[in-house]
Amino acid sequence: MSDQENIVLRLIDRHGQRLLTDWLAYQRKDVRYAGTQREAETVELARRFLDHLRAGAQIAQFDDIETPEWRPIRELLEDLSRDRAIGGFSPTETATFIFSLKEPLFALLREELRDDTERLVRETSTTSRLIDRLGLYTIECYARTREEIIRRQQQELLELSTPVVQLWDGILALPLIGTLDSARTQIVMESLLQHIVDSGAEIAIIDITGVPTVDTLVAQHLIKTISAARLMGADCILSGIRPQIAQTIVHLGLELNVVSKATMADALALALRRSGKTITERKLPAAPER
Amino acid sequence: MAEIPILRIGDCLLVSIQVDMHDRLALALQDDLTQRIVTDRARGVMIDISALEIVDSFIGRMLNNIAAMSKVLDAVTVVVGMRPAVAITLVELGLGLTGVRTALNVDKGLALIRRMIDYPERDDADRER
Repeated sequence: MSDQENIVLRLIDRHGQRLLTDWLAYQRKDVRYAGTQREAETVELARRFLDHLRAGAQIAQFDDIETPEWRPIRELLEDLSRDRAIGGFSPTETATFIFSLKEPLFALLREELRDDTERLVRETSTTSRLIDRLGLYTIECYARTREEIIRRQQQELLELSTPVVQLWDGILALPLIGTLDSARTQIVMESLLQHIVDSGAEIAIIDITGVPTVDTLVAQHLIKTISAARLMGADCILSGIRPQIAQTIVHLGLELNVVSKATMADALALALRRSGKTITERKLPAAPER
Repeated sequence: MAEIPILRIGDCLLVSIQVDMHDRLALALQDDLTQRIVTDRARGVMIDISALEIVDSFIGRMLNNIAAMSKVLDAVTVVVGMRPAVAITLVELGLGLTGVRTALNVDKGLALIRRMIDYPERDDADRER
C-alpha cells in the first residue's frame, strides 16, 4: 500500500463531515429532489457511500473497481441507479450523485497537498479516475435497469393485447389491437388455437378495428391465423374493417379468402345464424318496465 | 408391415393414423380406403390425426389425395383432431390443406359429415353469406 490510498482515507477520516456537507450542497445545486423524503434518502446514501469508500480505500486498488473489495460500493450504486431509473430520473441526474463528489474532494486535496504540487496532480488524477469509473458503472446499471423495464413492458403489452373472448357457446372473438408482427401473430395464433381446443368453438371472429394499417405483411399474418384456425376445424369471420382499410386491401390486391363484415355486430349475427340461432325481439306487454 | 385399421360407423369410415407414415403405408392406405368406400358404399371419410405430433408436406399431400379420391367416389372427407402446434407448423410451411374439410374432434367431425351429406348445398351457401 502506497500513500496514494492513504490520502483519501485521511481526508475522509479527518474532514468526513465537511466533505459530506459540501458534496450534498453540490448535488442539490444540480438535482431538484421531489419531496424531503428523497433528500433524506440521499443524505443516508451519501453517508454510506463515504463509509464504503473509506473501507475500500484502505485495502483496494483505485484502478480496478471490479475487485471484491469494492463490492459494497458497487451494490450501493446498483441500488441507487435502479431506484432512480424506476423513479424516472434522467441519466444526468443519476450520475450527478457520483460526479458531484469530485469538486469537494478535490478542494480538500488542494488544501491538504498545498505544498506538494506534483503529488497533488498525481492524487487528483488517480481519484478522478476512480470516481469516473464509479460514475460509468452507475450509468451502466441505470441503462440496464431501463432496458429491463422496457423488456418487461413489451412482454406485458404483448400479453395484454391478445385476449380471446368467448361471445357465445361455440363462438370466439379475437379483438386485435395494434400492429401484427411475426412475434405477435405467433402468440395470437397459439392462444386462439388453444381456446378453440378448450372451448370446442367452431366459429372465430377476428376483429381488426384496432389494427391501424393492413399491408401485405399484416394480411399474410391474418391469412396464416385464419388457415391455422381452419385446420383446427373453426371457421373465421373477419370484422371491423374500416373503409380506409377496405380501400387499401383492394389497392394492394390482397386476397383474404374469408367472409368479412364491417362490424363485429354483423359478424356475431352471422355466426349465430350459422350455428342455428336466431335473434328475435321480445314482445313486451304495454306496462312500462321499472 | 403395420396396417392402418379402417372402422365403419354408419355410412362413415373412420381412419385413425397413429404410426409414422411412409410411402408404402400411404399407398396401402389409399388402396384400402378407396376399396372400402366402394364396398361399404360409404358417404363420408374421417381421418383422425390427433396422435400425430408432426405433420409434414408428405402427410399433407396424402391427406389432400385421399380427399380428392373420396370426392371422385362421392364421399366427403374430414380431417379431425389436429393439434395446435401441428396447425401452426403447417401454416408456416404454407400448407393450408385447402382441399380438405377439418373439424376439432371425432364428435364434431361426424356432425360435419352428416351435415355435408344431408345438406350438400346448404353448407356452401352458409359460407357465402
